Amino acid sequence: MKYIGKRFITLIITLLCISAITFAAFSVIPGNASITKLGTDATPEQIAALEKELGLDQPVTTRYFNWLKDALRGDFGDSYQYDNTTVTSLLASRLPVTVLLAVMAFLLIILVSIPLGILSARFSGKLPDTLINVITQITMAIPPFFLGILLTYIFGLVLKWFQPGQFISPKESFWGCVRYLIFPAVAVALPKIAMVIKFLRNSVLGQMGQDYVRTAYSRGNTKSSVLYRHVLKNAFIPVITFMALIIAEILAGSIIVEQVFSVPGVGRLLITAISSRDYPVVQAIVTYVTALVVTINFLVDVLYQVIDPRIRTAG
Amino acid sequence: MRKMKKKNWNLIIGCILGGSMLLLAIVGQFWTPYDPTQMNAVLKNQAPTLAHIMGTDNFGRDIFSRIMSGAWTTCFVAICTVLIGAAAGTVVGAVTGYFGGVVDHVVMRINDVLLSFPSVLLALVLVSLLGPGKNNIILALGILFIPSFARIVRSEFIRIRQMDFVWSARIMGAGSFRIMFVHILPNTLVSMLTAAAIGFNNAVLAEASMSYLGLGVQPPETSLGRMLFEAQTYLFNAPWYALFPGLTIVCIVLGFSLISEGLRAMGD
Repeated sequence: MKYIGKRFITLIITLLCISAITFAAFSVIPGNASITKLGTDATPEQIAALEKELGLDQPVTTRYFNWLKDALRGDFGDSYQYDNTTVTSLLASRLPVTVLLAVMAFLLIILVSIPLGILSARFSGKLPDTLINVITQITMAIPPFFLGILLTYIFGLVLKWFQPGQFISPKESFWGCVRYLIFPAVAVALPKIAMVIKFLRNSVLGQMGQDYVRTAYSRGNTKSSVLYRHVLKNAFIPVITFMALIIAEILAGSIIVEQVFSVPGVGRLLITAISSRDYPVVQAIVTYVTALVVTINFLVDVLYQVIDPRIRTAG
Repeated sequence: MRKMKKKNWNLIIGCILGGSMLLLAIVGQFWTPYDPTQMNAVLKNQAPTLAHIMGTDNFGRDIFSRIMSGAWTTCFVAICTVLIGAAAGTVVGAVTGYFGGVVDHVVMRINDVLLSFPSVLLALVLVSLLGPGKNNIILALGILFIPSFARIVRSEFIRIRQMDFVWSARIMGAGSFRIMFVHILPNTLVSMLTAAAIGFNNAVLAEASMSYLGLGVQPPETSLGRMLFEAQTYLFNAPWYALFPGLTIVCIVLGFSLISEGLRAMGD
């Protein structure tokens, strides 16, 4: 418990630091909000008035604490590019789609990579292992957006299994949305599936050389009972940490893949916000994703303690 | 040393694949079959023929020539990125690994936080701060690559600093600086090369992603990611326009990941 408490305090400090750094970074960039909103031919008086309205005439520290206070209540201010739209409402409309995509990708990764990883370790050095090895090497080299383009061409344009660009919103039809998101999810998941297979295989093989495995064999266990009853329990522990990294990578992958399949999620919002210099939106998304990544890392650390008593006593 | 039983196929295939892609990019700087920017209204979106082996794009430009020049931009960005990341990462890793202490602890905490973020996201944030463009991409990715190099160099320094030859050097009166950069650094070569190959790959993928999103290399310059960005609109009429730049990226990345696998096997 003491350890968890300590980790929790680190979590809060990390979050505060990152939000302060992003805030500071977005405050010093040239080309400020008033020019984005009013255009380049605005008079100095107009700019001054707008800056006062947005609170940009106050010192950075005051603005940061105001922003933090509002952000904690879930208010990230107004978007610059869309008039009269709060950042929160923009995010709220996009977030469910991205979350759905991420969950689908994550399920795909778990369902495909764990059996294949075990298979590859079980037959290490034999034909199934070599085959899986070659395929994972190649899949890891395909960038997600190129995979997305390939899937769009093959399944969208040639086989016509789905209509590229015709996104179905989850409000309209949940299953329709899931169907549309299958191919984006595959594009996000495939390179990560390869990564997890490789990681799991190496983790299992690393365990196979340990003393307790030899003991288990000498007690008359067969190869599969050693693998399933002794080795896998230990081999999964590092895989769980790796999964935290994978979740962060899924989020990054979906930013790009959303662009390929024109899925109106957080990733597309982020890209349009960056190109139109809509800083409140960028800042809010960065804060959200940061909080998510840091929290997931924290949860994984805690989970680690729960499943492995050895770490609990040592820490 | 035991004689190698098996040939290091990973390294061999990797060198051939990665090397030929690099060669293609370098040759593209001096000679291309056609001028990569030469437009031709008659030859719009032509399928691959003997004259244009990878077809032509929506402006009638030769895709093979554009890949040659685009591959150079991509590789150039990746090489610069790795150089920045490796140079700064070596200094950070050497100092923290050799001296340890509070500085080491703090720097490594920051490193861990940075490494837990997906690099594409951080690159996007930096680019939104710096603005799009080739030089900014190099700068942004270069900064992002510092932590991973720092971590590798640090762990190597920690491992090597307690070896006998370092002690003898110290007894002979060598200063910390000399021990760090003359005695320890050369011994980190294999792991540095492995890290550089992986870093190069990540940089190629990151540059391609950023350019694909329209935030990287800007026209008239082209890169492999930029070509995919432009090709997507014509996917139905000219699928080869997207296929060949994409395959080039795959070959480069596959080549260098095989090289890093091979190097790792050599180090073991």
